[in-house]
Amino acid sequence: MEILYLLGNGFGIAFEPLNLGLVIFGATVGLFIGAMPGLGSVNGVAILLPMTFLVPPTSAVIFLGAIYYGAMYGGAISSIMLGIPGASTAVATTFDGRPLALQGKADLALVGAAVASFVGGTISVVLFTAFAPPLAEVALAFGPPEEFALMMMAFATFVGLGGDDIPKTLFSIMIGLVFSAVGLDIISGEPRLIFMGLPGFFHGINFLVLAIGIYGIGEMLWTIEVSRGNVTMSKASVSIARTIDALKQILRTWKTMIMGSFLGYFVGILPAAGATPGSLMAYGIAKSTSKDSDSFGKGNVAGVVAPEAANNAASTGSMLPMLTLGIPGSPTTAILLGGMVIWGLEPGPLLFVDHQEFVWGLIASLYAANFFALIINIAFIPAFIAVLKLPFTILAPIIFALCVIGGYVPTQDMHDVWLMLIFGFVGYLMRKLDYPLAPAVLAIVLGPIAEPAMRQSLIGAQGDVMTFFTRPISGTIMAIAILLLLMPAFKYLPFGRKKEAK
Amino acid sequence: MRLAELIMALVMAVFSVYLMWKSTELPIGWIPEEGPGGGAFPFWLATGMLLCCIAILYNWARRLSPPSQSDDVFMDNETVRLIGTVTIALTVMIGAIHFVGVYVSVPLFMAFYMRFLGRHSWRLISSFVVLTPIITFFFFEIALKKTLPKGMTEEFFYPLYDMFM
Repeated sequence: MEILYLLGNGFGIAFEPLNLGLVIFGATVGLFIGAMPGLGSVNGVAILLPMTFLVPPTSAVIFLGAIYYGAMYGGAISSIMLGIPGASTAVATTFDGRPLALQGKADLALVGAAVASFVGGTISVVLFTAFAPPLAEVALAFGPPEEFALMMMAFATFVGLGGDDIPKTLFSIMIGLVFSAVGLDIISGEPRLIFMGLPGFFHGINFLVLAIGIYGIGEMLWTIEVSRGNVTMSKASVSIARTIDALKQILRTWKTMIMGSFLGYFVGILPAAGATPGSLMAYGIAKSTSKDSDSFGKGNVAGVVAPEAANNAASTGSMLPMLTLGIPGSPTTAILLGGMVIWGLEPGPLLFVDHQEFVWGLIASLYAANFFALIINIAFIPAFIAVLKLPFTILAPIIFALCVIGGYVPTQDMHDVWLMLIFGFVGYLMRKLDYPLAPAVLAIVLGPIAEPAMRQSLIGAQGDVMTFFTRPISGTIMAIAILLLLMPAFKYLPFGRKKEAK
Repeated sequence: MRLAELIMALVMAVFSVYLMWKSTELPIGWIPEEGPGGGAFPFWLATGMLLCCIAILYNWARRLSPPSQSDDVFMDNETVRLIGTVTIALTVMIGAIHFVGVYVSVPLFMAFYMRFLGRHSWRLISSFVVLTPIITFFFFEIALKKTLPKGMTEEFFYPLYDMFM
């Protein structure tokens, strides 16, 4: 019952006029960002984070959380109307959403996506409310070795479950960690990795510089390349009678929605997995368990509902490890975590003790963001469709300008703006060659936490490396991490021939 | 694509070696009773990067990774032209901030982009060019109290500072 009391207090904070206004504003902005092809929650959160210095930290996180949610709703809009996913998390939505739109039933798909997002979001927030406090309690017993082990596990999931080229994934993780080591050595205080003696490196490489470079500049370059071709937009006729009829059809898929919500939530908790694989898996399960699985891919509303419920549930799921353990479950939460550090909130289980109003305010605002995103989404479907008509040549320069200014604001150093441009351009080239970039962003956020955790553990144990393996919790986590790291190797075993990955 | 994969891996390998060398400025060895020195963390990670590059090169030679199998061009002429134009425009814009500041450089960039890549009407462009600096000024300088770089245009802002700050 204590949880309900705390949640009640959280609602008190979430419904303060400023915070409520930010939830509604954030959900709307998120919907627009999600609806634009090429931009998703991670881009929105990375580009807009510097703008949130205007409000207190709790309100800032509430705003960014609402953007995160809104973008998950919005991603479906361009998937359905253009057949281009608004973000990678909405890829699975195109499979059935696009055929429905081509049959003149775009409104059914859009309303289905919105309702499923709401169900996925709500179920996952309830699960979150139930799971977070006990997990935080367990995590309170964690010392530096456990923290370090958890981070190793987070990186290991990228290798084991990420599904990308393994040497390239490892490379991405390590380059992110090296960049995080630039600046002053935390233990000895000596300057480290000051490239070419440039003074701009003394304050380290801010994670936002890398995040805005990759998710702002790099993403825009990528979208400019991909969106050259002509796209045709479907027509959507929306009326109240049709919406009610659509709702009836959608409610019949309730089992699929609930399946997608639970699946998405638990997949979302894993770092590296997150919303994209969660929604693809939900689609796959919905298809294979359906009575008429042949109609999937040809315009079955259950094929829209399953991935949309899952991707919203996953976005909540990925917040669970971020808030309780200080390990982000997705690139977006990695950026949120970095933001919390800037605001002076130490991520991890202590948040639940020292900053109760922050944690519960955020959780309550997720309930609210979900509700408002649903209302705004359904009420303004025509407005969001109009966004898709906005030429990219107007949008792109505005976003580039936001990136440049946003890259300058946190440190007020032009050095960072140049660095951001380089990261963006090189990141774009690397992305073309299948280098995954999300691990690098996660690594630059976690690096400043992982390195001191490792070195403090070693100092505490007089330099004995076994400390990571002999402590019960840390040892278990390490074992899981090693198993995950070795997972790609298992794939080769059944064939009886050994292909060295290295 | 094959060539691009090779070049990227080689460039990153060289970069890894540079990082390893740079890390040795701090002790990279094991300090008894304390654990690794300040340079060890980046040094061994950079070594790991180098090993990854070698693995990528091995995959390239054996044609195991998708980009090393593909005979598609890495970037066709159209892409090079588009991305090149945008990247150069961005570089020029950021460079110009040092001299003429954000309030001249950014609107010029937007006008260039909208006109030459988007072919939008001057009327539309001018509304963006006028509104963007005004919104930027009020949001960042007044509300957030973050001074943006202005270069030689600094003195034109003195009356504005007096008025709003």
